Amino acid sequence: MSTPVAERLRWRVARLLAARPETAAARTLVLEVPGWPGHLGGQHVDVRLTAEDGYSTQRSYSLADATEPGRVELTVQRVEDGEVSSYLADVMEAGDRLELRGPVGGWFVWRPEDTAPVLLVAGGSGIVPLRAMLRTRRAAGSRVPFRLIYSVRTPEDVIYADELRGADPGVEVTLVHTRRTPDRGLARPPSRIGVRDLVEAGWPPELAPTCYVCGPTGFVEAVADQLVLLGHEPERIRTERFGPS
Amino acid sequence: MAVVSRGFRGRPRNPDQKVPPGQYLTEDFPVLSAGPTPRVDRARWEFVVTTETGEKHRWSWRDLMALPAEQPTVDLHCVTKWSKLGTRWRGVSLAVLLADVPTAADYALVRCYGGYSTNLPLADLLDGRAWIAYQYDGRDLAPEHGGPARLLVPHLYLWKSAKWVRGIELRVREEQGFWERIGYHDYGDPWREQRYQGD
Repeated sequence: MSTPVAERLRWRVARLLAARPETAAARTLVLEVPGWPGHLGGQHVDVRLTAEDGYSTQRSYSLADATEPGRVELTVQRVEDGEVSSYLADVMEAGDRLELRGPVGGWFVWRPEDTAPVLLVAGGSGIVPLRAMLRTRRAAGSRVPFRLIYSVRTPEDVIYADELRGADPGVEVTLVHTRRTPDRGLARPPSRIGVRDLVEAGWPPELAPTCYVCGPTGFVEAVADQLVLLGHEPERIRTERFGPS
Repeated sequence: MAVVSRGFRGRPRNPDQKVPPGQYLTEDFPVLSAGPTPRVDRARWEFVVTTETGEKHRWSWRDLMALPAEQPTVDLHCVTKWSKLGTRWRGVSLAVLLADVPTAADYALVRCYGGYSTNLPLADLLDGRAWIAYQYDGRDLAPEHGGPARLLVPHLYLWKSAKWVRGIELRVREEQGFWERIGYHDYGDPWREQRYQGD
């Protein structure tokens, strides 16, 4: 989405409307941001928190949704000793305010006019920008086929679980568990995502899908390497890595 | 006037910290790349400087190793907000590499294995604050951090320190690189918080 530069760079005041728990460690913040210019699935925002003594600090967060005008959703996973994430995940209450600016980023995005099949591969809270792409797809009424492979430690760690269970037509969701699988007794034993997962639940490289991989550094390194090994063009693999913040 | 976030305290204040505005300190070394990590064989590695007239100057890995190395200790500032202080590198100064290259260009477009690119003024490569770095913290530079060799320009945001560097095109007019084309700053001075075009 092309937003005039001056608009994107302006710090805006955002007010928390509601917070929704997603897992024991993550919650989604629904923020009201008057005049928000809109954004694309995959883009992020800069968030600024200021304490009463004037101390302030900034972080970047992926946007979790991409459709409602004047609203922004962020999903925040608490990290140990996280200066900003612990505030957003635990302390902030409805009516509280923060500042943000954006949207930022024009590479790790999906645009509805892109008609190639899409493979989304998420590790942990790396699902957040990919979920925004699914929301963009829905809002656009797109029929571009999407496949999502989502790696989580245990069934309780699935963010957006209900939404992913009821995925839109044309969206196939595969969960990969690394520590413990659901009780239903799936065939796949718990293990890290591997080439076989990408072959069975992804797209063959001949279809030239656009691949978006998001998660912790080690996860993204491993998945991107495996996709290259399977024959996907490196230029078609877009990555976003994150660390603690 | 900044808006106070109720209930936000933040970390203990440390007025001695040498961190630019909007940055926070990290102890680990996050990785940010736009795509898969390219695997580059040292035996086939080369670094090519192309002047504005099309003249090419080439260095093999062996050529690079034969040049005098420096061991800078520098602070890193990433546009995604983290800063890491006192990182130790080994590499060859661009001032050494470019010393005998005749040029009237003012700009550099840095090209990389894997297709990444970034732009900056040539002057910022010539004043002894920029290196082709091949060791980090006493070890060969890991592929995910740009190995076998990356550009290191620590006085600018870290996306200018292009990983997997392959060459530099010297240009009379500025041409934008990968992130610059999609809205990031042409210069990227962290102390002036030049994150995005227009900052």
